[in-house]
Amino acid sequence: MDLISDQGLRVDGRRAGELRRIRCKLGVYDQPDGSAYLEQGHTKVLAAVYGPHQIRGSRTKALQDSVVINCQYSMATFSTGERKKRPRGDRRSTEMTMLLKQAVSAVIKAELYPRSQIDVFLEVLQADGGNYCACVNAATLALIDAGIPLREYVVACTASLANGKVPLVDISHLEETMGGPNLTVAALPLSGQIAVMEMSQRFHIDHLEEVTQLALQGCRDIYKILDKAVKEHLLETGDFFPQLESN
Amino acid sequence: MAHSIRLASERVDFSVPSDKAPPQLFTPGMVISQESGFMRGHGTYGEDDSIKASVAGIVDRVNKLVVIKPLKSRYNGEIGDVVVGRITEVQQKRWKVDTNARLDATLFLYSVNLPGGELRRRSVEDEQMMRKYLTEGDLISAEVQNINSDGSLSLHTRSLKNIKYGKLGQGMLIKVFPSLIKRQKTHFHNLPCGASIILGNNGFIWISPVINAEEEHGGFTINLEDAVPKSVREVMVRLRNSINALAASKILLFDTSIQYAYDQSKKYSVVELLNPEVMLDVAVMTQHQLQMLE
Repeated sequence: MDLISDQGLRVDGRRAGELRRIRCKLGVYDQPDGSAYLEQGHTKVLAAVYGPHQIRGSRTKALQDSVVINCQYSMATFSTGERKKRPRGDRRSTEMTMLLKQAVSAVIKAELYPRSQIDVFLEVLQADGGNYCACVNAATLALIDAGIPLREYVVACTASLANGKVPLVDISHLEETMGGPNLTVAALPLSGQIAVMEMSQRFHIDHLEEVTQLALQGCRDIYKILDKAVKEHLLETGDFFPQLESN
Repeated sequence: MAHSIRLASERVDFSVPSDKAPPQLFTPGMVISQESGFMRGHGTYGEDDSIKASVAGIVDRVNKLVVIKPLKSRYNGEIGDVVVGRITEVQQKRWKVDTNARLDATLFLYSVNLPGGELRRRSVEDEQMMRKYLTEGDLISAEVQNINSDGSLSLHTRSLKNIKYGKLGQGMLIKVFPSLIKRQKTHFHNLPCGASIILGNNGFIWISPVINAEEEHGGFTINLEDAVPKSVREVMVRLRNSINALAASKILLFDTSIQYAYDQSKKYSVVELLNPEVMLDVAVMTQHQLQMLE
């Protein structure tokens, strides 16, 4: 089966450079300081942020000049085709947690909150490829909702190579398992910096540049969608900001 | 009681209609100003000669100072604020208090009024008795005395004539985000509806029956013996639901707005006030009434 047809359409009907539909909502919970829900195609993710707060448990973890960032990635047992035995703690989840921490640490202005802790919890409700991307994007929204100072958004996107020559953006589970090498990039779209970059296999040097560029373009496109969602969320409050000015 | 379950797609939008023009919004990474000569305030940072936003919110300019105010954040204490907090730890000569700030606040033994008068010396016995006065999980009302160099707060509970700080007894706590509380002269109110309310600047609101008895013990005794009559409890619950309705629609909380919301809620039963449509109605009517006032 070809990942891209002669007409230039992918298995799910997208063109090579098109993203899946992204829907998101900020402030889905009252209990955490910030929360967000994000759908990227059929991949659905919930994020919750607590903090900055006093370090609970052992006080030796506290850093004198920056904040402790604690991430947890977990996949619901019903999120994949085959039921998962445990939602977290396996090797893949541990690796995801580490990569998420890297991406989030790249944007949080950690020096503002010495001796505190920020918790970021991610839960994948439905996995259909690009779980890491959806998690990073949801975490960004939740951090913004919590009012935590960020350098800018951190946005992640995947890219792959179909039939050994055509670069694809935002790949689904089917393309992930059937296709060639996958590239995952978490970037700061305004300054163009890359926070995390990971490849599932080796790329040919000739293709790497264009696949990376496509993934970064995907990041910029996702940024626009997320930014719009944040602004809409703020405007939903209606009269509140004019009230704040007079306060 | 019948439970109401609804689909996410049928969720009620709590926003109250406004006739004002939407403010200009900033999101993290956006450039606020390219010019030099501005002072960077909270929610901003400087990078390659321009000032950028680091939180999502509106800009507030005071002379040369540029500040971005986010919709919600943790509590940033200011000296003189009234806070409601929960004791998390008892240490040497001090208690640690969770006040929804980024670090736990400290309440020193010497900044509380111990039973037996203003000028009593603090002895070793008092240190050993600390758990008798306040223990983990107790709720207190206090005032911010000082902000330490690391950003944590120091509290005191020395009561003045009409303000009673100290341990909180029977009542209920509501948590809202701190920017919803309007700063006012007094945050202690005895509402005419027959309940007393403390609007903590840190977003913790305490509702209790009206207390009128003169206390002599520095605010460490609480009366858990007398049951609060049902009529008073109903008033308190109605108040709680009205406050939650205002908070869901992000209307500033102060005595007048809460009183209006309480009056507007009268046409519904207390249980109906949990219904999102009813909450929105109460909020819209309150907002309308507040605008008439202006």
